[in-house]
Amino acid sequence: MSENRKFILKLYITGHTARSERAIKNLRRICEDDLGGKYEMRVIDILEQPQLAEDEKILATPTLIRVLPPPLRRIIGDLSDTEKVLVGLDLLPLDNN
Amino acid sequence: MSATENANVPVEKLVTGIEGFDLISQGGLPSGRTTLVTGTAGSAKTVFAAQFLAEGIRKDGAPGVFVTFEEASEDIRKNLLSMGWTIAEWERRGLWRFVDASPQPGEDTIEIGEFDLGPLLARIEHAVNMVGARRISIDSLGAVFSQFVNAAIVRSELRRLGVALKGLGVTALMTSERTEEYGEIARFGVEEFVADNVVILRNVLEEEKRRRTIEILKFRGAGHQKGEYPFTVLPDQGIIVIPISAIELKQRSTQTRVTSGVVDLDRMCGGGFFRDSLILVSGATGCGKTLLTTEFIKGGALKGEKCLLLAYEESREQLIRNAIGWGIDFEALEKDGLLKVVCAYPESAGLEDHLINMKSEIDRFKPDRLAVDSVSALERVGTRGGFREFIISLASFVKHREIPGMFTATTATLMGGPSVTESHFSSITDTIILLRYVEMLGEMRRGITVLKMRGSRHEKDIREFSIDENGMHIGKPFRNVVGILTGKPEYLSREESDRLAGMFQE
Repeated sequence: MSENRKFILKLYITGHTARSERAIKNLRRICEDDLGGKYEMRVIDILEQPQLAEDEKILATPTLIRVLPPPLRRIIGDLSDTEKVLVGLDLLPLDNN
Repeated sequence: MSATENANVPVEKLVTGIEGFDLISQGGLPSGRTTLVTGTAGSAKTVFAAQFLAEGIRKDGAPGVFVTFEEASEDIRKNLLSMGWTIAEWERRGLWRFVDASPQPGEDTIEIGEFDLGPLLARIEHAVNMVGARRISIDSLGAVFSQFVNAAIVRSELRRLGVALKGLGVTALMTSERTEEYGEIARFGVEEFVADNVVILRNVLEEEKRRRTIEILKFRGAGHQKGEYPFTVLPDQGIIVIPISAIELKQRSTQTRVTSGVVDLDRMCGGGFFRDSLILVSGATGCGKTLLTTEFIKGGALKGEKCLLLAYEESREQLIRNAIGWGIDFEALEKDGLLKVVCAYPESAGLEDHLINMKSEIDRFKPDRLAVDSVSALERVGTRGGFREFIISLASFVKHREIPGMFTATTATLMGGPSVTESHFSSITDTIILLRYVEMLGEMRRGITVLKMRGSRHEKDIREFSIDENGMHIGKPFRNVVGILTGKPEYLSREESDRLAGMFQE
């Protein structure tokens, strides 16, 4: 894992439901704990910008998109399983642990 | 069975514009509700879903939203151009809007924990509001399940979608796949939670014949025709449902009769053919089919009606020579604009191309009557399944022009018996006329009978007819002979025939 790469993450939610809040909290914790603060995180509410969901082809929420570093990654769900999120973001190899 | 809650409030229908479907559905899809259209792979679900929107735009100027879970929107735009649907142009004019929820190629998606399909609902609502959509098609539900691991969430979210659609006040059509032609209604049991109305598309392989049918399984609280109806998918037109029994029920609107060209045959038919009827003339080769079509042309020409003759058995020169032998001058009729003779070799094109050519000739010449001699010559061009579709499409095309169409079919054997054309054609034709050779005392005679005449009384006799330089002459009924139609005529003695006559005396 390179030390100086920066993460740009977008989290799409549909309104501020309990599930949305849970996903935001989970993601923020993972960013602080595992990305060493080197990240940019944006939360986008579909209800406010439905056209954005169309353009980005968002189907489910919460959807986390890793914009940078490439390749583009999508993770759907409330991100409740930290380890799986780390694998999904390439921060933890599958066979590690 | 318990009564439905609002049994007294009739369900309104939305005319779809899909040819034939509005007849069998008795007015279209239940308005403001969701209908599930289910079928196996290749059963034309996507075409049906798109056509629902396309006809709304073309016939009603009603904007629509197409939600795709399977094919990418650019593929749909491209593929459906062959149906003559200019989706890209409709999008520019704000009449069609895609919600593209197809899987994104080259993108890994991981599912971690709970989720909802809120964006899908938001996107659909957004699209509906943007174009003011009144129709919406969703293709297909099974593909939603394949995009997610957690089927339970998808199920409950689709149920939520069903409720949301009701709130939007749109008439919705959802497609879903099934694995067998006669089995569970749809995969994942979606019919139970998304729709009160179910339509099944089938594409059955039957004795090496492909047979497409459509069946309305249920419309909650609304009437519809029951059973399977054949349909076909044609380039530039899309789905055409052939409402065989619905035609019987609804289409006998015109009582206008036209002449067959032979006065005595008109009498046998109870006053001539109906103006919008299909007439099948069946007989062995040389039995008088071409003569009858020639009389049919002459009969029309005498009344100033234009006739189109599509010939697949004889050359133009032969046809003209034949007609002159019966006292009719085809070339003079053509000069007067009352006739157009188009000859083609059956093998010169595939069945689909023949069909397209026939249609464009009809559209160009705009005849008042049509004769095809013979349809059975085209049998050998395609497969049996293809021929059936061809017959049905041609018949429905002619029927909708409201002109009489005379089609001849050559029987396989000299003495009669059924032909493939007959077996495909007989249920959709209004009138069937049989021409038969009759062997009597070592002499060949010719017989004619009206086997069927929908919506009218007709004579049941088999009459003898002769041919001379003035054409066809119908004479007296055959007496003392049985078995003409089956090709095995047998004499009855005088006493025997009297006895038979006595048995059926009224």
